[in-house]
Formats: sequence, structure tokens, C-alpha cells
Amino acid sequence: MIQLKFDQKVCASCRSADCLLKCQYMTFSGHKEAHGEMMKVMKGKDSRVLTECVTCYACEEYCTRGNHPFYLISEKREEKGMFTAPRPITTQWKNMTQMQGKCLVGNVKDTALSCCYLPELGQLGTGEIFKDVASAGVFGAEFMCPAVHSHFARMSVIKERLPIVIENYRKLGVKEVICMHDECYGTLTSIASAYGMEVPFKPVYYLDFVLQRLKELKDKIKPLGITVAYQRSCSNRLIPDKLPVVKKIFKLIGVKAPKRLYQDENALCCAEILRSVSGYKLADDVQKRNIDDMLAVGAEYCVFNCPACQTSLSEKVVKQGLKPVHIIDLCKMAIGEKEREAVS
Amino acid sequence: MSDIRKSLVDIVGERGVSDAPEELWFYSRDPGVLAPHRPDYVVAPKTTEEVQKIVQLAGRENIPVVPMGNGMSLAGLVIPLKGGIVLDMKRMNKILEVNHMARYVVVEGGTSQGALKAYLQKNHPTLRHSIPDAPSTTTIAANVSLHGQGRLTNQYGFNSDMVTGLEVVLPTGEICRIGSPSIGPYWISKGPTLPDLSGLFLGWLGCTGVITKVGLKLYPNKKIRDAELFVTDRVDLIPHILYKLTHLEMLEDINVWFQPKPLMFMGNYHITVFFTGDTEEEVEFKRKMVWDCLQEYMDSKDGGFMSIQYMKSMLLEMPGRNIADFADVPKGGGFEYSGPIAPIEHFPQYAAKVVELAAKYNVLYASTARLISGGHSMMYSISFAFNRSDTAMMERVEQALTEATAFALDMGGIPWKPNFKEQKMTLEKMEPNARKLLLMIKKNLDPQGIMNPGNWEVNS
Amino acid sequence: MTYIRHIEHENIVHRCFRCGYCKFPSDYSDFNCPSYKAFGWDTFSPGGRMWLTRAWLSGEIETSARFAEIMFSCVACDNCKDQCVFPRFKDFLPDIFQETRAELVGEGRIPPGVRDYFKAVAISGNPYKLPQSERGDWARGTGLKPFTNQKHLFYAGCVGSYDEVGKRMAQSVGKMLVDAGLSVGILGSEETCDGNDVRVLGEMGLFAELAQANIEKFKAKGVKEIITLDPHALNTFKKDYPALGGVFQVRHYSEVLAELVKKKKIKLKAYPVKITYHDPCYLGRHQSIYQAPREILKAIPKAEFVEMHRSGPDAFCCGGGGGNFFTDILGTAEDSAARVRVREAAETGARILAVACPNCAKMLSDAVKMENLEDRLELLGIAEILERVRK
Repeated sequence: MIQLKFDQKVCASCRSADCLLKCQYMTFSGHKEAHGEMMKVMKGKDSRVLTECVTCYACEEYCTRGNHPFYLISEKREEKGMFTAPRPITTQWKNMTQMQGKCLVGNVKDTALSCCYLPELGQLGTGEIFKDVASAGVFGAEFMCPAVHSHFARMSVIKERLPIVIENYRKLGVKEVICMHDECYGTLTSIASAYGMEVPFKPVYYLDFVLQRLKELKDKIKPLGITVAYQRSCSNRLIPDKLPVVKKIFKLIGVKAPKRLYQDENALCCAEILRSVSGYKLADDVQKRNIDDMLAVGAEYCVFNCPACQTSLSEKVVKQGLKPVHIIDLCKMAIGEKEREAVS
Repeated sequence: MSDIRKSLVDIVGERGVSDAPEELWFYSRDPGVLAPHRPDYVVAPKTTEEVQKIVQLAGRENIPVVPMGNGMSLAGLVIPLKGGIVLDMKRMNKILEVNHMARYVVVEGGTSQGALKAYLQKNHPTLRHSIPDAPSTTTIAANVSLHGQGRLTNQYGFNSDMVTGLEVVLPTGEICRIGSPSIGPYWISKGPTLPDLSGLFLGWLGCTGVITKVGLKLYPNKKIRDAELFVTDRVDLIPHILYKLTHLEMLEDINVWFQPKPLMFMGNYHITVFFTGDTEEEVEFKRKMVWDCLQEYMDSKDGGFMSIQYMKSMLLEMPGRNIADFADVPKGGGFEYSGPIAPIEHFPQYAAKVVELAAKYNVLYASTARLISGGHSMMYSISFAFNRSDTAMMERVEQALTEATAFALDMGGIPWKPNFKEQKMTLEKMEPNARKLLLMIKKNLDPQGIMNPGNWEVNS
Repeated sequence: MTYIRHIEHENIVHRCFRCGYCKFPSDYSDFNCPSYKAFGWDTFSPGGRMWLTRAWLSGEIETSARFAEIMFSCVACDNCKDQCVFPRFKDFLPDIFQETRAELVGEGRIPPGVRDYFKAVAISGNPYKLPQSERGDWARGTGLKPFTNQKHLFYAGCVGSYDEVGKRMAQSVGKMLVDAGLSVGILGSEETCDGNDVRVLGEMGLFAELAQANIEKFKAKGVKEIITLDPHALNTFKKDYPALGGVFQVRHYSEVLAELVKKKKIKLKAYPVKITYHDPCYLGRHQSIYQAPREILKAIPKAEFVEMHRSGPDAFCCGGGGGNFFTDILGTAEDSAARVRVREAAETGARILAVACPNCAKMLSDAVKMENLEDRLELLGIAEILERVRK
């Protein structure tokens, strides 16, 4: 049986309780309270954490001792029959991402280009940057990382489906899978590892791939000379070691991302999941603070690395005069493949 | 050439008459499940006077006249059950007048919903009419003659309630103006403060005359439209949710729908709420009011709002082009629905009945309800798709729909745009004196029984 | 004699709901199906054709002159394909109508105008029944030379070679290409019909002959890159010829001229006039080329470019597609497509109606006369306008 590998001793002996003390959505009086609440969670007791956590994933990053506080919170919520979002929304996500044998598989050999279950990723994975792998796309629920169900405290869905997804990739005979979505890479590394699942291929982070390709295409790059604000995705919290890649890419394509309040560890969620879980008041507040912060540093573009964040925030940033763009499209602009006007 | 054909050609010209097998075959049927019946002629008038002459000719020759818009009722209401002349009204499509300040439009009966929408958008962008979900080819006169509904029905009632005057050719051939245009130049009232004669034509499915002109109320077209989509898996909560939403008194339209496919919709009931505003502030205020009024269901985890960014343009489209999609689910070509008007408190029973009938008759269902007049009632569509090349499936759908109508009548509902069989069921259920009055009116207006015969009849 | 009828997509015909979206442009402002607009019967709409085809395949209705008229009055403008709301089969609507026409051709039950058209093309290589030897006469004075080993072949097509309006268009394009220094030649009296409309009308045997002959000729002469005057030719060269072994690089002249204007190979002087543009169906909806002609017109200094209400993917056909240019099944009544279209052009207040297709040019120039708009509206090909404004 697949179980979360959570080291209770590590947690019990933690002197920082950063997982909760750094939380942007819950406040604690200090280490004692935060640590105490986490102990309650760990022992299966009632805790306000179980009702108040908005599922931003950030505690996975804040815990620097290799434990998995967010997965634990989600496990415990499910054990108690709790729902984060309303029950019908939870059901809807489960149904919507059900495998129905309708996946698309391209010309896959050693490498697959994982487009998860997001059609936008297929569009993004084209052009000069992806020319050698674009035809190797795979798409569909069969290849979708099920991490999203952690937002709904349904780790059982992840435990049921992730082994099937991994097996589906294995059956393709691939040596490596380029994950076009942070969530996929985070699932195949962080979640799979936390649950002791073996991944018989190498997950490749797409921005690592993009960075490498940009280096190869250096001659084609015309520095964009623009100022952007970067919207960090929740799933990037599962893979904090990959955060610097974005900065390297920005540097390579001549993009300035001035330091802003809500970035890196202090990044704010795109907030659409928050809307489902906590209602519009929190979501509107988070989005407003986030966009105001982008404007305050003089950003011209809002750069996304997750299509879901982009869908959530695009209309709102446009209304404030910012241009929403996926980071891949930004790179395509830099090598002259995409016109600036085409961004929307 | 027969005398009748020649007379028709004399009235509308050669291009306005057909008795070719191709037109007779096509105009003998609609996209629903009812059996076809051939007309003798298909005639396309261009003026009220031509309609008058055709009706007079039909009276002299004692042959039926069936007025038709685009024939999309799906209930066979333009199938010429007793032959005769099908009047294709779509060439009478002029938009005659817009009174901007009084917010009404006068159109010829065959004007399409789409053409009126486009005309207003171009020439009167601050005004709109209540656009039905039916395809944009459907006509204004047909819609009001069957008590159609549209996007503004929750706010202002049936589209037929929005009529501000009519021009009608009576079955006996007289051209008659109804409401304020019978007194003066303004099309501002279909009846009040006069005795409301519009009731002799609205909802009669073409049995009491041919509607040649319609005055229709227009409404403010606010700059921004938006929508929210609330879902719940508890059908028993739906009437309460609807009650709360209508209490807000600020929503453009409210639709409740559920369907088993695609999978993401399975197991839930969906309430689409539309609202409008001239400013972002107005829209946001309304959005917050909607969320706040349903907060208790979110707190109990029984219901919540879906993220609809990716489907918003589809939701806001008028008419929704995706609605016809249901016809192709069984690959395909058809669907038909029974649409009783019922109290909102009966939603759970109707919802259960749809699922029961779909299982019993082995057909695919979808269901959409629309609130009428702020929740005084709702139109509950019990909709089944069929494959047009599968006659057995079409028969099953017909049986399921008949059973749905019987159920609705038992529940105290009123069938919407009933086919001729459902009309009989309704008349049987009707209080005898009301039935007698209805039939008496019809007999008096159409003594020869030439207008869309087979409809609103006890025996035929 | 009873025919057993089959068409390739007969498993789809029952799936039409006849909802009628196919009749409209995307904003529903008017009927956008030329044959429905002209005849006014639902049978003449795409949905009507779908339903009748089903009835005809199942034997519920027989082949008749009326049925043929309904099928051959389709102008193959592709509006229905774009507007149909059923994504799973919308792309096949034009194919179904073409397959039905092909069956009718097989039965030999086609309108006289269609028969005459096929006969003329089969015998003369053009629908005008004019001598092959005169086919290249239009090019006199343009500086165009016979194709030998130039980089480009300029293919004029039947209308550009024989029709007065078409010839003017061809001549102006020819001059522009030559004057801009392009390496270009023509086939002249060796050119034959491209076959696009023959195919659309369902004479698949004749189309195959024409296409094969053209492909062999092009190959024998070493043709690699073709510039067409006629979007119909462009369409069939790009869509149909490759499957028959004829793979060439094909462009419409408006694309080439747009490039030349952009690169300043053609320099323009000011021309203060209001211009509108009619999208040909075979350039627009069939080939998705909307911008090139507009780029040229918008590049003219001081000219004011205005769109007609229906433009781009929503443009209303001139009524000349699907062979109707020759067969004239739509007729010339008040609601005929060309007359409706020039009225729409006049409504914009434009003095010039620009066209990019010789068929459209002919259809619309006749309509301008019928509508008595000659004093208000001048009909010109894109290159004819360029001739007027180049420095």
C-alpha cells in the first residue's frame, strides 16, 4: 500500500516551525503555537490548520528538513472526511481528470514531451526551441500529474492515479520525460519520492530544457529589453531548487524582473484555487496585492510559467495594463518567432 | 398548372411558390421526432397584403394554412398535419422601426433573432432584445406565438410578455392591428389599458391567424456582461438556492442544468447566473452579492462556484451556438425536449424524472431549466438526443417525451410549445369551462378551421 | 432505371440538425449563403441540401431538374463550413455537396449550363469555347515572355485569359511583376484550365485529366514556383494537385505584390480615395489569405481603406464560385449575391471596390452596372490600382 513517508521525529524535533510560521494565509503567535498545531496534525488530532490551510503548497518549500507538511495536512484532512473546496467542486475535478482512454501520443521514442492535460502546452511546445521534441508530445488524463487533487485534500486520488500515469510513461519506453508544467515535474519528483514510488525514467524540467536550447540558439536572441513581473506557480513550491532557472532565462533574453515584494519564497498564489476554497474575499485581496505589486515595480508584462495561473490572472492583469505572457512565448519573442503584439 | 398554384403565383410570383417534390419533402417535417406530413404548396410571401390574399384564397378553397418561421420548435408545430399551404415567412424580414426613447422595435414577423440582434448592435448599441437559446435563424413572430423565452425572461417574463403590439392577418382574411397601434402610431402596448386582444394570438401556435408584424420591447444593453457558475450535488437545495438568487432582484438570467456527459458535469447540478453592468464596479458589486447570498452553501461544502474563465465566452454567447451540439452526441442529428412550465419547488422531482425516463427508454438526456419572471415559475427542459438514422431510438424519444408531458401535467405544470398530441393531453386536463372558452374563441376566429389545423383541437 | 447512389460521406448526412447557423455570417447581420439569399427556400440552404441529399440517397426523392438546380446552385463559398456549429463534421459539408454533384454527373442529370461548361472545357480547354491559340493574347504589351526557365510561372487561368475584365486584371499583374524585375514567364497558348471549378461541379474524370495534363506540362517545363491570378487556380494547385503528384510552390499574386510593396520594389504615390475590398472565397475562406491584399491597399499614401460590413472570414461571396460564374444558376435578380455585394460596397462610401479574383471582378462589375452604381463605384483589381498609384 502506498503511504506518505513522513518522518515524525524530524517534525517533532523541529526548532523553526517555518512550515507554518512562514505561511502567508495563517498567523501564529510564535514557534510554540505553530509547532503545537503541526504536532496535532501529525497525531491526527483536530487542528485549525486543517480548516484554515488554503492549499498554496508553500510549506513544502518552507520545510527545509525534507519532510512534507502539505502532503501530511492533505492526508489528515482526507482521513477526517474533510473537504477544502465544496464537495461538488471536488467531485468535478475528480471526474474531469478521469482517464477515459482519450489521450494523444505523438512520435515518442526515447523522449516524451509531456503536455499534461493542458492543451495550451501543446501550442507552447513548438517552434525552434522544441523542434526536436515537438512531435513527441503526449497529452491527456493518462499522462496528467494528479497533484491538483491535493488542493482538494484527496491524496487517495493521487495515490491511485500516479502509479498508472508512471506506468503509462513506462509503457512508452521513454528514457526521459520533459515536463512542460511545474506540477508534472513536481509530481514525478517530490510527490513520487514522498510516497516511495519509483519513476523508471528521467523527469526533465522544461525550463532546464528551454535554458539549454536558448544557449544553443544564442545567436538568434535579440534581448527584449522589457520589464516584467514573474508569477510563480504553486507547484514551483514543490521544486524550489528550480526557481533560479527562471532568472537565468530572463538574463539570457534581456528581461528585467525588478525585485518585488511578492516573489520567490514570498510569492503570492494566483488565487483561483483560493477562490474555491475560501471565497472571493481572500482571492480578490491576494490578486489585488499581487497585481499592485507588479505595477509598483514598473512591470510591462506579467510572465507565467503555468497555464492555469495564466488563465486565472490574464483578464485581471490586462485590465491593469499589463500584458500576460507565458515564459515560453517570451523566449519565442526573444528569438523572433513571436510578435510582441501577439501576446494576449 | 392547378388553379390554386396559378392563383398563388399571381399573388407572390413564380419564385414565391413551390410544389416541387424537394420543397414539399423538406417542408413536411421539422428536426424533431414527429412523423412528417406533406403540404400541397410552400409559399413565401413578402408583404402583409400577400399574406392576406393567400389566406383569403385558402378560405375560398378551404385548404389549410400553416405559418412557419424557421421550423425550430422541434415539436412539429409547423408540420402541415392536414396538408395545404406552408407559409415560409422568412422573406418578411424587414426591421421597420426602432423607437429609441420608448425602447421598442417593430419588425416583420419573419425577421430572424440573429438579424435583429445584429441590427441593434450596429444601430442602437444601448438596446437589446431578449434573445432565445434557439438558433439565430428562428423568427420573432414564431417565438412570441409559442411563448418563447430568452435571455431576459428572468427579468421581464416570457418573450410574448414583451410584445408591444401586433399586426395579424385573421383566418378570415382581415388585417388587424392589436394593442396601441390599433389606435395610433405608437407600438407601446399590446393590450393594457384596452382589453388585451394579443392573447388571441400569442401562444396559439398559428391557429388564430398569421402574425405579420410584431412590436417588441427593447431593454438596456449594458456595456459588460458576466456570469458565475454555482454547482451543488444536492438537488434538494436547488429551489432554495434559486429563491435566494431571485431575491437579489438584479440578475439577467438564471439557468439550472445537469447532464451526464462530459464526465466533468456528472453528478452535479449547475446554476449559471448572468449579470450585467455599465462599469466594473457595478459588475463586481453584483458578483459579490451573488457570492454572498450563497455563502452558507459554501460553508457547508454543499455547493461552490466553478472557475469558468476558459468557458466564459461560450457561456456569454447569445444565442449559445454550442446548444445545438447536444443533437450530435449520439452522432446524431437530433434532439427534442418537453419544456413544462413549473414551480421552482418541483425541481427535484423533475430532475429525478429526467434520469428515470432516460434509463427507462435508453436514451441520452440533458436538462436545462430557465427561471421565469424572477422565479414565479421555471421552464424545465427534459431533453433527449437521438440519432436520426435510428428510427427505433426516435420512437423511444417520442415515448419518453409523451411520458414527461404526462408527468408534468400530473404535477400541475403547463407544457410549453406542446405538440398536437400534448395539446390534446392538456385540453383533457383543462377545466371544462376553460376548454370550452378556448375552443369557442378558436371556432369564432377560424370558423373554417383552416389555420394550422390539427393543433389545439379536441378531435382530429 | 434505378441508380444505387453512394457518396463518400453518406454516414454523416443524417447528422445535420438544420439549425441554420450555416446561412449566416458570424454576426447574423444578413444571410451569407448566396443560394439561400437568392432563392429564399430552406432547400437551397446548406442544411436543406444536407437533408435533401439524405432523402435522395435513401430514395425518398428522385433525381430531378429541381434537385440538380439545388445542388448546383451551391457556390462552394465555404461559409457553411465555417459557420456550422457541429465541429465533428462541419468540415465535410462542402465535400458532401461536391460528392452529390459528382453522383449527379455520373447519372448524367445535370443542368444544361453545367453540361455546356464541361463540354466547352473538355473540347476547348476553356469554358468560353475560344481557340487555344488566342489564350496568350492578353499578355501583349505587358512584357511577359513565354515560360522557359524563369523562376516563376504566372498562371492567368481561363477568366484572366479570355474575359475582358479578367484580361485587364491579368495584364496589370503581369506588368507589375515584370516591372518589379521578377523572373517570370507565362504558358500562353500552352496554358489550359486548372480544373478547380470542374472538380467542384463534380466532373471528377475531367478534373483528373486536366490536372494530370497540367502537372505533366509544369514538370516538363521545369516549373517550380507558380503565381496565380485566380484564387480558384491557387486553391486547386495547393489543395488537389499535390495528391496527384504535382507539388509546386504556389502563391497568389496579391501575396507577391504585397511583398514587393513592402520591400519598396513597387513604390507608391499618394492617392486620396476611399477604397473597400471584397474577399474572394477561394483566397479568403478556402486559403485563409486575408491580409496580403489589405496590406497593399493600406500602404497607398492618403488612400482611406474601409471594410464592408461583411469582410474577412465573414465576407459574402460574389456568387461566382462553384462554377456559377459560367452556369449562372443563381441568376441576376435583386437578391443575387453580386448585386447584394456591390450595394454593400457602395454603403461604405468607397469610390473603389478592390478585387483580387477575376471571377469576382467580372461578377461584381456586371452587378455595378445592374445596380446603376457606375458613377459611385469603380471596380478595380489590386494590381490595376497599383498601376494607378505607382511612382
